[in-house]
Amino acid sequence: MSILTFRDVSLRYPPQPGRKGAVEKRVLDGINLQVASDELVAVIGRSGSGKTSLLNLAAGFLAPSAGTITVDGVPVRGPGADRAVVFQDDALYPWLDALNNVAFPLKLKGVPLAERRARAQALLDRVGLADAGDRNIWELSGGMRQRVGIARALAAEPRFLLLDEPLGALDALTRTRMQEFLLRIKAESGAGALLITHSIEEALLLGTRVVVLSPNPGRLTAEIEAGFNAEVRAGASVAAVKASPLFKRMHAGLTGLIHSGDDEELAA
Amino acid sequence: MTFSTDIETLAPATDAEIGEKASAGRPVPVAVISAITITAIIGVWALASYYALVSPVFLPSPRQVVIALYNLIVTGFVDATLAEHVGASLYRIFGALIASILIGIPAGIAIGTSRVGRGILDPIVEFLRPLPPLAYLPLIIIWVGIGEASKITVIALSMLPSIILSTSAGVRSVSKDHVNAARSLGATRRQVLAEVVLPSAVPSILTGVRIALGAGWTTLVAAELVAATSGIGFMIQSAAQFLVTDIVIAGIVVIALIAILLEFLARLIERRLVPWAAHR
Ligand SMILES: Nc1ncnc2c1ncn2[C@@H]1O[C@H](COP(=O)(O)OP(=O)(O)OP(=O)(O)O)[C@@H](O)[C@H]1O
Ligand SMILES: [Mg+2]
Repeated sequence: MSILTFRDVSLRYPPQPGRKGAVEKRVLDGINLQVASDELVAVIGRSGSGKTSLLNLAAGFLAPSAGTITVDGVPVRGPGADRAVVFQDDALYPWLDALNNVAFPLKLKGVPLAERRARAQALLDRVGLADAGDRNIWELSGGMRQRVGIARALAAEPRFLLLDEPLGALDALTRTRMQEFLLRIKAESGAGALLITHSIEEALLLGTRVVVLSPNPGRLTAEIEAGFNAEVRAGASVAAVKASPLFKRMHAGLTGLIHSGDDEELAA
Repeated sequence: MTFSTDIETLAPATDAEIGEKASAGRPVPVAVISAITITAIIGVWALASYYALVSPVFLPSPRQVVIALYNLIVTGFVDATLAEHVGASLYRIFGALIASILIGIPAGIAIGTSRVGRGILDPIVEFLRPLPPLAYLPLIIIWVGIGEASKITVIALSMLPSIILSTSAGVRSVSKDHVNAARSLGATRRQVLAEVVLPSAVPSILTGVRIALGAGWTTLVAAELVAATSGIGFMIQSAAQFLVTDIVIAGIVVIALIAILLEFLARLIERRLVPWAAHR
């Protein structure tokens, strides 16, 4: 059991050089958050509220201006394979085929060729792409690419999956299927997950917990436990769960919290 | 890379106004028009020499040039056959290409990845780039002598800037997400460079190599005109001294054909090696 912890984390971007009267931008302020291995914490917030910044801090791409981020008590000092990131626009390597993209983290670790191919193939099997190994990345659909990206992250055997709107670019039907898929994969992998999303519905459906990030500066203003992902994993259909009165009530409550007036995407 | 900027494709509505026949048939392919142009030029040339409008010393007939070409291939000129001259030239250009790749790619990486590298190398590249290679050929000859080394050095120097600049541009164009993905999957700095930055730069490097080949070929012929005892440029220079104009023209045609061939090969290699470049 691992725990990813944000303690009093703040992030300021320095002022843009050259711009007159520029001030540093306070993006995140006093963030306290924990993600455990058995959790999927969904972060929702308006565009520009600092969600990606939060994830980049967890990934180690950014260093906090104040506060600490730790994994099992050890401060995060930079990116590492214990926190594998899945990017919104997949960030797969077009010069590698699907199999070698998945095998990439194993290659970095020096796993011998035959073994890493076998392990990458097993991961492709798991994400339902058993036959896609020799396909070029640009020949894959958006949903397939995201599955390759997730398989690649899993190959690193991370303690945490950091997912920045991994389903944001997908059409509604594919997205629903991918939501079920994400839940299954997350549970099987035993990794904790931090999921950034624009969609309240997705956050409620997938998150064991949902936290709301309010902008200017980004603060965590609400945190709710959501049990719907357990229902889905227990076999309930996604459509039925979404139609339940409790789901609708929580959805409405979260929508109010984010007072989404100027952001139509949040209503989705 | 076939962005059409034809007026015809941009504004088909004006076709009729321009006066093109609004025929029902397909438009004449560009290749056909080009073929007609080439035939016409050769035709005018043939007529001009047939009616002796120009002295054959200045302009031999196409037939004479073809015969000269045949003789060049079979018996040669100034102690070497055409193949030997071309071989000498190709040896120089590929020797120079290898040298400039070996130096240019690491230099480009240094410029693209490090402030210190950029600080040191940028002024050198910027000094070298606009210089006509023949301007420093005499100096190179003083330094390394008149032999092969001086020619290969000059050609390599003329190729270096485009290889260095295309490498550094390629290195700098690497996607931030690609780098971050590798780092979050456990890559060390060195692995990021070898597994992500370099592969990303390959399309740009290949483009640089293609441009370098063009620049190198120009420099090569010029250098051989000035200082050589073999090679296609030397062959032309010698022929010109004896006013053997048909060989001069045959040589020019061969130079052009080789340039086209090099360009074609380079593009073929680009397409084979980096099919993904079009899909980024
Ligand atoms: N490198 C940077 N320098 C300065 N300001 C930045 C930088 N990156 C982000 N910001 C600012 O920080 C704020 C939060 O950005 P961030 O990308 O974290 O938001 P987000 O919640 O992920 O938005 P979205 O939902 O649109 O992806 C924004 O106002 C943005 O303009
Ligand atoms: Mg974002």
